[in-house]
Amino acid sequence: MQVTELQKKLFAAAKSEAPSDRVPYAFEKRIMARIAALPKPDAWALWGGALWRGAAACVALTLVVAAFALVLPEQTAANDAEHTLALSMDPAVESSNELQ
Amino acid sequence: MVAFRFLEPGAFDILAAMERTDPELIAAVLAGDESSFEPLVAKYQSRVFATARRYARREDEVEDIVQEVFIKAFQKLPGFRGEAPFEHWLMRLALRTCYDFLRVHQRNREMNFTDITHEESDWLEKFRQEPSSAREDAAAARMLIQRLLDQLSPENRLVIVLLEIEDRSVKEIARITGWSIPLVKVRAFRARAQMRKLLEKLAHEKYV
Repeated sequence: MQVTELQKKLFAAAKSEAPSDRVPYAFEKRIMARIAALPKPDAWALWGGALWRGAAACVALTLVVAAFALVLPEQTAANDAEHTLALSMDPAVESSNELQ
Repeated sequence: MVAFRFLEPGAFDILAAMERTDPELIAAVLAGDESSFEPLVAKYQSRVFATARRYARREDEVEDIVQEVFIKAFQKLPGFRGEAPFEHWLMRLALRTCYDFLRVHQRNREMNFTDITHEESDWLEKFRQEPSSAREDAAAARMLIQRLLDQLSPENRLVIVLLEIEDRSVKEIARITGWSIPLVKVRAFRARAQMRKLLEKLAHEKYV
């Protein structure tokens, strides 16, 4: 059987009759009834949802920072800064500087 | 005026609203007047029904698709920017809904042509003996192509319908589906290959 020819014939068959555009009676009324029954967006619910999402993000951030504080070694940048500042006031260091 | 007596109550409102342009109706809907959406539904529902009937056979499925298209259109209307006509936007939405329908209802049936009807079988036999004698407008041929389309994967079916049956260009298909032009070409190649494979199988099962 000539498959290519058959394919052409079948495509032509599909083109020969466009699908019906018949619409059931009062279909638009049915659509409008469905639309009227759709839940309406509530501004307070949207605002509440946004707040909850914001709160969740804050809690997550707090937990991450807390985890870092527990896991990381004590020698942090803040400690380094404190140590450097304290060093200038250390009398032992001051006296060694004077000797030099 | 006599003809208007047969119209149901409220029909005059719809007729009056239908005189308003699409942008006017859309603006009214967006301003909170839901009822202005009804003339839009009334105006375009026949086109959406015709599109849905290309992809679904059962009438209840067709109605579900059309209903979903208009509900989606209503919900997404704030996102309609008005750059293209409303009709184009709606038909794109309709096609995507049909494609989603095909994906959800994908019947991964093993190809089997033993259940073709007597009329389809006769048409094939006629074609085998003398291809020109098998009429293209025969109902059996239409049933046969429908049967073949049902066997294609959703993307292949979409491409075949748009490219081969509706005679749309690759560029147009890319615009409607949101696929890139090379992707449409690749899918068209695969769709034709799957179609050919199905036809070969049909010929083999029937005559070998």
